[in-house]
Amino acid sequence: MSGHPKRRASELAVGQTHEALLVEDLSRTQIAMYAGASGDFNPIHHDEPFARSAGYPSVFAHGMLSMGLAGRLLTDWLGDGVLREFGVRFVRQVWPGDTLRGRAIVTAVGADGRVALEVAASNQRGEPVIAGEAVALLPA
Amino acid sequence: MAEFEFPVDRSAILAFAAALGETNPIYWDEAHAAKTPLGAVIAPPTFAVASAHWNPHHALRGIRRIPAAAPGREARPSESAGDGASLLRVLHGEQRFVYHQPIRAGMRLRVSTRAGKSWEKQGKRGGKLRFSETITEYRDEAGELVVTATSVGVVTEKAVEA
Repeated sequence: MSGHPKRRASELAVGQTHEALLVEDLSRTQIAMYAGASGDFNPIHHDEPFARSAGYPSVFAHGMLSMGLAGRLLTDWLGDGVLREFGVRFVRQVWPGDTLRGRAIVTAVGADGRVALEVAASNQRGEPVIAGEAVALLPA
Repeated sequence: MAEFEFPVDRSAILAFAAALGETNPIYWDEAHAAKTPLGAVIAPPTFAVASAHWNPHHALRGIRRIPAAAPGREARPSESAGDGASLLRVLHGEQRFVYHQPIRAGMRLRVSTRAGKSWEKQGKRGGKLRFSETITEYRDEAGELVVTATSVGVVTEKAVEA
């Protein structure tokens, strides 16, 4: 399994950072699209009266939508089918109207082409929404 | 806990990629994919969760009645989910994937889920937090692992605060 890498491990150095805009002004439509595509129909993500009755100011996005957006940052930068591991912790809710920026930082580069990364996303107030790690296998 | 088939089709991958705002043709364009070493349309890294559509134990299925819910498990979002805790007290705390090979359009995956570790922690705002892992293995028709997914659910003692 070699995937379709966009770069070599030797082009990357520990501490190197890649940043990208993940989503600008997140829409309720996108959250609804994610519900339909993922099969997660928890009403807290699409039913505004339900969300308000539960004490939230509005619906909020699935954590997995934020993770999916961060996955896009990794695949756009490193290539397709090159990830070996990807994990995140959901730190804070993401609301309609939020703008998310993502960041990946290289934490280790192996001689075998394994590249370890720290992955995070934050909202327009600079608050972290997800934090995690990934490992990609690239040509050495 | 559950075992079911997850047939992966290109339309499902396209809808998932579209919801992420993707523009990468590897997620729908067969002619493009054929020119890459992958050779076929593949799914985005978090796509495995869309197996929920085929999981008879999935509790957050909206009005879906197919496939039929497994007996003894609740499948109405307005009622309790999972182990009886209110929907509002269950949070998705963490998600991890280990990739053994890419998920390709046309694969017929065999999905099996089992309970992993569980532990408790005292929450910052008071109340106990109960963590439990669900481990999901996706295998191809030859029985080879494709993806291993670990989801960590958090059940709060008190209602979740915004």
